[in-house]
Amino acid sequence: MTLARVVGTIVATRKDPRLEGRKLLICKPVSPEGKDEAGYVIAIDTVSAGFRETVILVSGSSARLADGCKDRPVDTAIIGIVDSVSIDEGSKGK
Amino acid sequence: MYLGRVIGRVWATVKDPGLAAQRLLLVQPLTPEGQPTGKRLVVTDAMGAGAGELVYWSKGKESSFPFLPTEVPTEMTIVGIVDAVNVDRGA
Amino acid sequence: MLIARIIGDVTATHKHASHEGQKLLLVQPLELDCVTPRGDAVIAVDAVDAGLGDLVLLVTEGYSAMTSVNRPESPIDMAVLGVIDTVDLPAPPPALPMK
Repeated sequence: MTLARVVGTIVATRKDPRLEGRKLLICKPVSPEGKDEAGYVIAIDTVSAGFRETVILVSGSSARLADGCKDRPVDTAIIGIVDSVSIDEGSKGK
Repeated sequence: MYLGRVIGRVWATVKDPGLAAQRLLLVQPLTPEGQPTGKRLVVTDAMGAGAGELVYWSKGKESSFPFLPTEVPTEMTIVGIVDAVNVDRGA
Repeated sequence: MLIARIIGDVTATHKHASHEGQKLLLVQPLELDCVTPRGDAVIAVDAVDAGLGDLVLLVTEGYSAMTSVNRPESPIDMAVLGVIDTVDLPAPPPALPMK
């Protein structure tokens, strides 16, 4: 699982019927410190995440284990909205 | 799937039993314009591809499906021999 | 999933039986500006009858790709799953520090 931030949305009328009724959100990876990282991914939203929220992404075939994603063609799903991240200072650089 | 050209073959006497019946080919990935891109790869072959042929291969667990019910521990398999590539980046 | 543009197609007479009857699209994955290429172009099966120049949704996971064209257990790792109408990127998000 990875951390990311919601930065936008995608609208597609013509799509696989199994994607109907699902929000497609554009997410950019962020570091645990909240810094933007390179790249992006389009993920299916299962937790009603909002714009600019930091979220948890699950990718690969595990994404279909997310709520309501069974049998859907999903490679990345948003499965959590992050409240906070704490980093153990003592473990830095290890 | 990805485009590439067969540029060689790899032989290995000691290998996973699942690979026993497999030919291992060396493939150079190509851009649609035919330019080499990225590292050369060792792939299994489901189509009987030969040296110099333009091919496409699939990646990941799916690439082991052509060999079912034998479970071949491969992550890249040639699944087609390319006749033509049409590119129009201006579209 | 990624944003991508259809830049062409590939013809192959001799291909895996499960690929018969499938349109093989040449697809260029793109960055969020929908212009800059992100890596090399790839080959994907077409699940939505997309056309040259279309901006599309590219799925890069096997099960999703295979089932989108009803070919389970076939060597298909990428599919075009949707044609994008709009990409909405409101404003570059500021780097919000997390507590």
